[in-house]
Amino acid sequence: MSVVTVQLGQCGNQVGHELFDVVCADAQDGQRKAYSTASCERFFHQTTHGDLVARAVLVDMEPKVINQSISRAAKSGRWRYGETSHFSQKQGSGNNWANGYCVHGPRHRDMVEELVRREVERCDRLAGLMAMMSVAGGTGSGVGTYVTQCLRDIYPSTFILNHLTWPYGTGEVIVQNYNSVLTLAHLYKLSDAIMVHENDTVHRICSQLLNIKHISFGDVNRVIAHQLGSVLQPALTADSHGVYSRNPLGELVSSLACHPEYKLLSVSTIPQMPSASIAYSTFSWPGLLKHLRQMLISNTKMEEGIDWQVRPTAGSERTSSLTAPSFNTSLANLLILRGKDVYSAETGAFEDPALYTSWLSSQEAFNLWKSPVPFNKYEKSATVVSNSQALLRPLDNIVGKAWNMFASRAYIHQYVKFGISEEDFLDSFTSLEQVISSYSQLC
Amino acid sequence: MTQSVVVQVGQCGNQVGCRFWDLALREHAHVNKKGLYDEALSSFFRNVDTRKSDSRACGVGGRIQHLKARAVLVDMEEGVVNEILQGPLREVFDSTQLLTDVSGSGNNWAVGHMTYGSAYREQIVDKLRKAAEHCDCLQCFFLIHSMGGGTGSGLGTRVLSLLEEEFPEVCRIVTSIYPSAEDDVITSPYNSVLAMRELTEHADCVLPVENQSLVDIVNKIKQMSHSGKPGSVIKRDSAIISGRGGLSGPEKPFDAMNNIVANLLLNITSSARFEGSLNMDLNEIAMNLVPFPRLHYLVPSLTPLYTLADVSVPTRRLDQMFSDAFSKDHQLIRADPKHSLYLACALMVRGNVQVSDLRRNIERLKPSLPFVSWNQEGWKTGLCSVPPVGHSHSLLALANNTCVKPTFMELKERFTKLYRKKAHLHHYLHVEGMEQSFFSEAVDSLSSLIEEYHHLDATKRRLMPDAPRLPIAR
Repeated sequence: MSVVTVQLGQCGNQVGHELFDVVCADAQDGQRKAYSTASCERFFHQTTHGDLVARAVLVDMEPKVINQSISRAAKSGRWRYGETSHFSQKQGSGNNWANGYCVHGPRHRDMVEELVRREVERCDRLAGLMAMMSVAGGTGSGVGTYVTQCLRDIYPSTFILNHLTWPYGTGEVIVQNYNSVLTLAHLYKLSDAIMVHENDTVHRICSQLLNIKHISFGDVNRVIAHQLGSVLQPALTADSHGVYSRNPLGELVSSLACHPEYKLLSVSTIPQMPSASIAYSTFSWPGLLKHLRQMLISNTKMEEGIDWQVRPTAGSERTSSLTAPSFNTSLANLLILRGKDVYSAETGAFEDPALYTSWLSSQEAFNLWKSPVPFNKYEKSATVVSNSQALLRPLDNIVGKAWNMFASRAYIHQYVKFGISEEDFLDSFTSLEQVISSYSQLC
Repeated sequence: MTQSVVVQVGQCGNQVGCRFWDLALREHAHVNKKGLYDEALSSFFRNVDTRKSDSRACGVGGRIQHLKARAVLVDMEEGVVNEILQGPLREVFDSTQLLTDVSGSGNNWAVGHMTYGSAYREQIVDKLRKAAEHCDCLQCFFLIHSMGGGTGSGLGTRVLSLLEEEFPEVCRIVTSIYPSAEDDVITSPYNSVLAMRELTEHADCVLPVENQSLVDIVNKIKQMSHSGKPGSVIKRDSAIISGRGGLSGPEKPFDAMNNIVANLLLNITSSARFEGSLNMDLNEIAMNLVPFPRLHYLVPSLTPLYTLADVSVPTRRLDQMFSDAFSKDHQLIRADPKHSLYLACALMVRGNVQVSDLRRNIERLKPSLPFVSWNQEGWKTGLCSVPPVGHSHSLLALANNTCVKPTFMELKERFTKLYRKKAHLHHYLHVEGMEQSFFSEAVDSLSSLIEEYHHLDATKRRLMPDAPRLPIAR
């Protein structure tokens, strides 16, 4: 069952390219045939000559990044993008969400829909759509939101997963908080689930775990691709009856995003280390799972610097404080184990009701996928996709900063120029305050 | 890829413009080894086959035939433009791009703006339109002019309002050379203040440059290269003031200063022309740096000013580049942004610099830079992988900072000194279409601009509380 990916804007196209690279290499890495076949079917379409062509549509309002992604893919020799699967314009969206959403989106709607339609028709069975974008700029955020809206209209019963990259807190784009607020508020109504990676967090992984001295965006993107790949590569699920699941997005969404107020998903992976060190390391499931569980409940994304003091508290004692470091309550978790001896792994600790909110039983809240095939060179690896309070503080920061800026009406004239009003801003703020409130009260 | 058109008006505008085209050709020659007319070149140049009778432009991808600059050159005297046409850049412009007259504007804004503005309106619009039609996707007009004289200041601002009228969708970025206090044109305060009003109302962004700052920078570089300290030899052709290696011959007096401004324009457009891991397009500059429509004066600073001949570039050297961008010696107007309030700041980095270097330096410098309360992390960043010629990396910082206030206040004072006595006023009022109200309205506009900056400055010391958040029913 195939996933069609829509890569939007510079970030979406750069990360998307790394993702296809990772899954292709992993699939072809001398793996077992069933896994390889399932993975290739999921992400690629095979031409009559045996070339692997990514099931992807590349969209950007300026051509440089798309051209680069296409040529790098072709140079890899292992896979490529479809010749006509991209759409670009000459002039970008100027970091302006309104320009993306109100002007570029509608203007190019037909072209983009056509490209997606062609990819979808090439699939024997469509598992779902994944839109990849950043929230800080203009195209990924604005055009990405508009495209998601169109896809929701055309494919009402298809699963749509939005993968978002949140920018560095200290700023990549000055109006990033406005763009983020507008995007998140709109996507919340349209998307089935919103999976988030934060540049700050991934940067720390690169510097502290991977020991990269001069971190480039390529490094950051590769970590994101690794984590995303570990979620989306074939796995055996409870419902898949002994074969690789044919409905990965559907199962992901139904396990994790069961309530419309709670759609934000975060990802943690263990282990993560410089590739040169992998050969010298040994892993055990108990060790990995113990660390991963603590990473989850203390809301750390790395296996270094974990706060072992944080413990699950009984429901009545839980505080919903945004400032004090506290226990990260989960709504639902999906644990994915890949590699050697995966059937012997003991996952009981993740089923502890103390981890979860009281209104779901831990059987409903916890889900487990397994694959006996090692992923991306790690003999054993575990990933948890979590619908929890992990993104609460970052989200609150974004909304807080955007609100402060809005209070002085700075930059608003730039957005109004393209067709949105102060009312639209207020609506978006209201929606997100509601989301923040819901997550804060999770206990 | 988008295109930009450069409109150079007046003596100063054309001299700076000339340096810009020279350096642009040099930069592209350095990068473009195959002689193909690529997207990057097309942003500033057309490729024309002059052997064909209709001289139609050739599309991207073919070999370079004849490059023609996307430019319109306007001057009410012939001297400068003629010199360009006799110099090595003569092939780059064709006669349809030029507009000249003979008698000049006599350092009189009104003559430039009103007399010539009306007389040549049709022709100017026509030439601008032609230049625009040659573009596939026109993104930006760059206007280069000086504020103190008559043509650049008066006719230049008239051209600016024509650009707004005829091409409202296209961004207008204006590089304005402000006169120093010791300027030898007595009426330069009048011309500057009258022009300021036009800039405030019709430009999207203004990059103010002060002659005195350019002089200081040039002197600093000359001092460096003559100091004779071991290890302080400047690498050939790397100084920001050096035009050598370009097309023109021996350097003329203002060349060094004009080169700095030309470099400014090259660097601002680098991320739009060349690839990088975090692109910054021209429309993103206005979007991120202009929080309120009238406050669009962006103080530029360029580093490094030169590269030393000893080649290795340890990280500390890179960090020094970032620190220098905020020092008052590197600003292109005489101002100290570190002691005023930042509304927003853009850092455009070129060369082999990674995002981690960028982040590290922002973290390091942030505590010492006062930002307005609602924009504490007001950084817009761009990474372009292609460095400028002669350097391994470079940084252009554009700051929307209240440090422009003293510059404007000084300008207003010099204006008032003359205006109080009604000195030289009759030269202006004699011009048809010019009235005294222009003066009073212009100085009012300047005063209210100063007031707006003052207002923001006042928030600097105060700890502004966060705005109370929207309450949600629980």
